Amino acid sequence: MANTPSLVKRVQAHPLLWPVVTLVLILMVNASLNPGFWMLQWRDGHLYGSVIDILNRTAPLMLVSLGMTLVIATRGIDISVGATVAISAAVAALMVGGKLVITNGVAQHVSRFPMWLAIVCALLTALACGLWNGVLVAKIGLQPIIATLILMVAGRGVAQLLTDGQIVTVYYPPYFYIGSGYLWGLPFALFIAGFVYLLMHMAVTRTALGLFIQAIGINPAAARVAGVRERLISICVYAFCGLTAGIAGLIISSNVKSADGNNAGNLLELDAILAVTLGGTLLTGGRFTLAGSMIGALIIQTLTSTIYSIGVPPEINLVVKAAVVFVVMLMQSAEFRRAVRGWVVRPAAGSHT
Amino acid sequence: MKLQNKYIPLAATISLFAAMSVFGAVSYTGFLSPQVFLNLLIDNAFLVIVAVGMTFVILSGGIDLSVGSVVALSTIVLAKLVQHLHWDLMAAIPLVLCMGTLFGAFMGWLIQRFRLQPFIVTLAGMFLARGLCYLISIDSISITDEAYTVLAQTRLHLWTDGPMVSISAVLALVVLAAAVFVAHGTEFGRTVYAIGGSEHSAVLMGLPVARTNVLVYALSGFCAALGGVVFTFYMLSGYGLHAVGLELDAIAAVVIGGTLLSGGVGYMVGTLFGVLTLGVIQTLIMFDGSLSSWWTRIVIGALLFVFCVLQRVFEAGRKPGV
Repeated sequence: MANTPSLVKRVQAHPLLWPVVTLVLILMVNASLNPGFWMLQWRDGHLYGSVIDILNRTAPLMLVSLGMTLVIATRGIDISVGATVAISAAVAALMVGGKLVITNGVAQHVSRFPMWLAIVCALLTALACGLWNGVLVAKIGLQPIIATLILMVAGRGVAQLLTDGQIVTVYYPPYFYIGSGYLWGLPFALFIAGFVYLLMHMAVTRTALGLFIQAIGINPAAARVAGVRERLISICVYAFCGLTAGIAGLIISSNVKSADGNNAGNLLELDAILAVTLGGTLLTGGRFTLAGSMIGALIIQTLTSTIYSIGVPPEINLVVKAAVVFVVMLMQSAEFRRAVRGWVVRPAAGSHT
Repeated sequence: MKLQNKYIPLAATISLFAAMSVFGAVSYTGFLSPQVFLNLLIDNAFLVIVAVGMTFVILSGGIDLSVGSVVALSTIVLAKLVQHLHWDLMAAIPLVLCMGTLFGAFMGWLIQRFRLQPFIVTLAGMFLARGLCYLISIDSISITDEAYTVLAQTRLHLWTDGPMVSISAVLALVVLAAAVFVAHGTEFGRTVYAIGGSEHSAVLMGLPVARTNVLVYALSGFCAALGGVVFTFYMLSGYGLHAVGLELDAIAAVVIGGTLLSGGVGYMVGTLFGVLTLGVIQTLIMFDGSLSSWWTRIVIGALLFVFCVLQRVFEAGRKPGV
């Protein structure tokens, strides 16, 4: 009992408070509108249910948001992740491919290259995309939004060129495990996202990397003077963001069993930025939370599912998202909070000097 | 000396456009005809108008990601009003222009009043405008109104049986001329340049920074709405999926036109040549016939890269002198 006040205070000051409250609210709305929302069923060796469905669909967005969090923490932004997703998906789908081979009268799908090689190549390509962004930002000194705009514009062209403007279908069943397989009853994609999150959590809490990234976000010049290898870390952060987008590309292409240069990862960059902001990371850099971004991604996916499940036309999705962005950015603005305080709390008579 | 430095990016853009035209003329028969070049203007009239608005925003140091969605919203509102509700053109077009202007002004007000980042505010504006499109209609509404089609298909001959231009091309040139005057000949224009150079200094000089910041986004919204009107002349339909990614083309045109993304430096005429350069790339790829159209996006990306790096070199070269 003695430490109750301090516990309340700690909860109030916790950076994850508002993201969690938002998520819980949306989940409650969802559960009240859809009675079967929390129902879980064990079928065919894994869990079935709306919640599992949402978790499975969130995995790619979670991954991209995690990479984006680090980029935004260094005061940057990466609007090329959607294009990177398309490129990675195209490379993987082209290399796995798959064709029907009949051996001893048994029809079998065989991949064009070993699957591990295809995955490694796709991830390396995505890593290269991220590196390119990083070099433009950190070495050449372009503004992040412009540096990544270049890849955003050209990237879809590259993806289309790779796939020859076609939707490349994958016919190799083992590849489908990445996006729609289950491990211990839960979607495998979720384990990938969870693994990456744990890895990053370790990296930023157990090493000084987290501090360095925050220092760069608060003041790049000061960080450099203080001996932080600002350029190298910035490049690595963008490269890592490319890598997470690449993994998301694998999951997405595996989930839909194809790669579509035009539509894979479309508008994903915007959703990722939204997820990161919803999670409580400051767009001005310097303060970031990885767990917040995971929750932010969940909020967006749950919101989308809610909109679909309550029978509202999906077109309203964008308007709702816009409203959420407006509210979140106003809440983050110190000016706005001051203005609201001014409206709510009238200055007492005679208090002005 | 100083004057020459100032004009280098503009000269680079114009030379690039000239070089590409010469390349086209040498490589492909029929490329070097006045109509091919006028078609560049006809096909990209909406982009010129949208990019002019974007140039003002970028000159002031901001960015407007909502223009593509505002173009789409304008096309669909116009189509709805004219086609389904049988409004008169002269009433529908001003209404759409007002809407775009107010939309831009609202975003500008948010950015200015609450010190929000233009990137995020206009991103939300982009979601909002696209969402509103779908609320009005999910399907494409084609415009068959007689007055409208006549207006859209009117061609003005430069001389009897000579090459021709559309009304939208003329409109684009009028907008450009007005923008050149506003940017270089009015107090508003000078304030925009001053804010782009250093907002803090502009405030200290007593310039109307707050008002100008809001006006810049209002102007961009107006240009986007006008671009939407011109787009309906071009497509004769309103659709929520029109002009997807147009904001990127507009930004690319502004950058290739030699305007510094950090604000404060650039010319309206550069933007025209930026748009024409993008158009010439497409025309070249079309004339070639063997290259897939995906190359357009890659070449635009490469050009963006070259121009951004050049800008950095200029900036780096200028710094010691300041």
